[in-house]
Amino acid sequence: MTISRRGFITGAVVGSLGLAGAARAGSGVHLFEGHPGRKGLLHDTTLCVGCRSCEFACNEVNKLPVPKAPINDKAIFSARRGINDKLYTVVNKYAEGGGRRPPVYRKHQCMHCNEPCCASVCFVKAFVKTPEGPVLYDPDLCVGCRYCLFACPYYALAYEYNEPLAPKVVRCTMCYPRIKEGKNPACADACPTGAIVYGKRGDLVRMARDRIRKFPGRYFDHIFGEHEYGGTSWLTVSGLAPGRLDLPENIVHEPLPNLTTGFLTLAPLVTAIIPGLLAGFYAFTKRRDHLHEEALRRELARFARERADEVEKALSAARAQAARDLERAVERGRRTGRLEAVREAAEAAKPEPPKEGGAR
Amino acid sequence: MNGHAPVTPADRGPLLSPFNVAAGLLLAIGGLVVLLRFYFGLAFATNLTHATTWGLWTGFKLVFVALAASGYALTTAVYIFGMHEYHPLVRPAVLSGFMGYSLFILILIFDLGRAYRLPYPFIIQPGVTSALFEIALCVGLYYTTQFLELTPVGFEWVKWRRWRKAAVAATVGFTIFGLMLSMLHQATLGALFLTVPEKVYPLWYSPYVPLHFFMSSCVGGIAMCVMLGLACKKIWGERFAISDEKLDELTIGLGKAGAIATLVYFLVKVVDVALHNYWHYLASPLGLWYLVEILGFVLLPTLLYAYGYRERRPGLIRFTAGMAILGVILNRLNISIVAFNYKLPLAERYFPSWMEYVVVIFLITLGVTIYRGVVKRFAILYDHPDYEAHH
Repeated sequence: MTISRRGFITGAVVGSLGLAGAARAGSGVHLFEGHPGRKGLLHDTTLCVGCRSCEFACNEVNKLPVPKAPINDKAIFSARRGINDKLYTVVNKYAEGGGRRPPVYRKHQCMHCNEPCCASVCFVKAFVKTPEGPVLYDPDLCVGCRYCLFACPYYALAYEYNEPLAPKVVRCTMCYPRIKEGKNPACADACPTGAIVYGKRGDLVRMARDRIRKFPGRYFDHIFGEHEYGGTSWLTVSGLAPGRLDLPENIVHEPLPNLTTGFLTLAPLVTAIIPGLLAGFYAFTKRRDHLHEEALRRELARFARERADEVEKALSAARAQAARDLERAVERGRRTGRLEAVREAAEAAKPEPPKEGGAR
Repeated sequence: MNGHAPVTPADRGPLLSPFNVAAGLLLAIGGLVVLLRFYFGLAFATNLTHATTWGLWTGFKLVFVALAASGYALTTAVYIFGMHEYHPLVRPAVLSGFMGYSLFILILIFDLGRAYRLPYPFIIQPGVTSALFEIALCVGLYYTTQFLELTPVGFEWVKWRRWRKAAVAATVGFTIFGLMLSMLHQATLGALFLTVPEKVYPLWYSPYVPLHFFMSSCVGGIAMCVMLGLACKKIWGERFAISDEKLDELTIGLGKAGAIATLVYFLVKVVDVALHNYWHYLASPLGLWYLVEILGFVLLPTLLYAYGYRERRPGLIRFTAGMAILGVILNRLNISIVAFNYKLPLAERYFPSWMEYVVVIFLITLGVTIYRGVVKRFAILYDHPDYEAHH
């Protein structure tokens, strides 16, 4: 599928056609299985001890303040914490330990989706999915509408609400600068138990499968992030079902952006159909009004003609009557011999002129 | 309609009327809160969280746009479908629509992190897969269209006959373009929610939520026309070009339109619940709240509109229009706040701060004040006597 230059220019000029182009690009993603060899991270919660070393490492790398609660402070797990603009990754406890079962902790952060919803909903394309795996954000483009935060199914983005005039969206970058230098993401390096593994996403999926196959009693048989909404770069395996780890459960494998692009493809159609349709309605109305007016005019003319005929008839009848009256008066005058009487009678018998403003 | 309504000089009335004092007070407090927002940031003025980043202000963005449908509802009826008897209401309705979008843009500016970058999607880099891109484009174009639809008022005022003639000649074109844009962005505002199927309570989430939004905007637009008629009569009765009897007649007609619109909207909502077999969700607290919205503020208005039309009771229709408007407000706030993030524990849910409410009240007051000012000074409620009726 190629877009011709003319098609491109037209699309740029007419926004709606631009949408059409996007919709086509959107429908094409079904065939795209992601950049080969892209990186990812696997969090194995069965190995996680909740030390929060990853949080500290993350804050250090991202130049954020050191988390207040000291490392190994277990009291912090009494309340669930979300990520925020001073904490891009956060470890929560989801099950108490008991007997031989250790407590379950899960690390949360941006999942770096294969088909990132934040990227698809951004109206300045401030997000890009890099071939290396991380989803990156460009604060120089951001308008601050926060549609990305709204749309993210994992609550993985934060916003600098304290910034009055130049706030940014902030979140885990999968340590993109470090990856570029050939290093591991800081959290993976900081993890003392190997619960966080960095590598090629394909390898990580295979590794997770192997672990689940070898230790079926230890794992819930699901790799979170393998397929959810088209898959993510962060993968999670655990002894608990995703729903008990505050992860969405039983969600579709279809990328989230598709839910919107399907609708948006209607927009160019609307621009194509509605003006013509409405112009048609308008023409219909115009014609109806026109016909109505014509009929009215005809009716009026007919009415006027009828009235004129009536008046004409009445007039000639009056004239005839007047003539007869005059004749009779003259006869009477001749008989009586009184000339004045004749004149008076003639005066009285004159037909009145038709009134002004009557039917024409 | 008669074109002979007297143009009284803008009688400003006493400066310290109760309305002016109250409005001035609200505007002062609201303006202060807006300043605080721009000085200390959203964190100070709002209770927005990283999980719920769109709050009361976004809810009211949806409300303002939905109720601004009065403009397209009436221009379409009059200019496309030839219902000329509603012509006296066109200018009040278009002006109200224009004010609605103005408030939308203002609250957007308060809410956006970097409002000064608003042109970026068009001049730097368009994100055409975003529903928001389509909304921005359509709202921008429609706002301009509404402005152009109102230019004859200004041209009459400055007595530029030829410009006025040109603007009036384009009326039908503007109407068609405006309706197309409205259909697009009213629906696309609903499409914002398509991307969060897990976050919205299922009764409010639907793949057809764009259709729900468009249908309910029709409901809101018609109801606003009824209320605008009432306001014009109550506040500026002597300046309004049509008699009370005539207005009652139009109100009854609008009641019929309202009955049809609310009925269709109700059916669309019922079909949606049936299609997804979501009946069992009704038996929950949010489900009951959904029933309140749909039965109390959609179905009941349908029946009352129909009854008011049949029994020719304009008073009842006006009451019903008020209910229908409440229904639209309820719907927009429900989907964007009440039913949103319903899975989060209560402690993590979002509740608006008092300053968020204050800003909303501030904006509504601002809208009403400007509307009053424009109606007082321009030929909104009557045909300008120097010109032939413009239709």
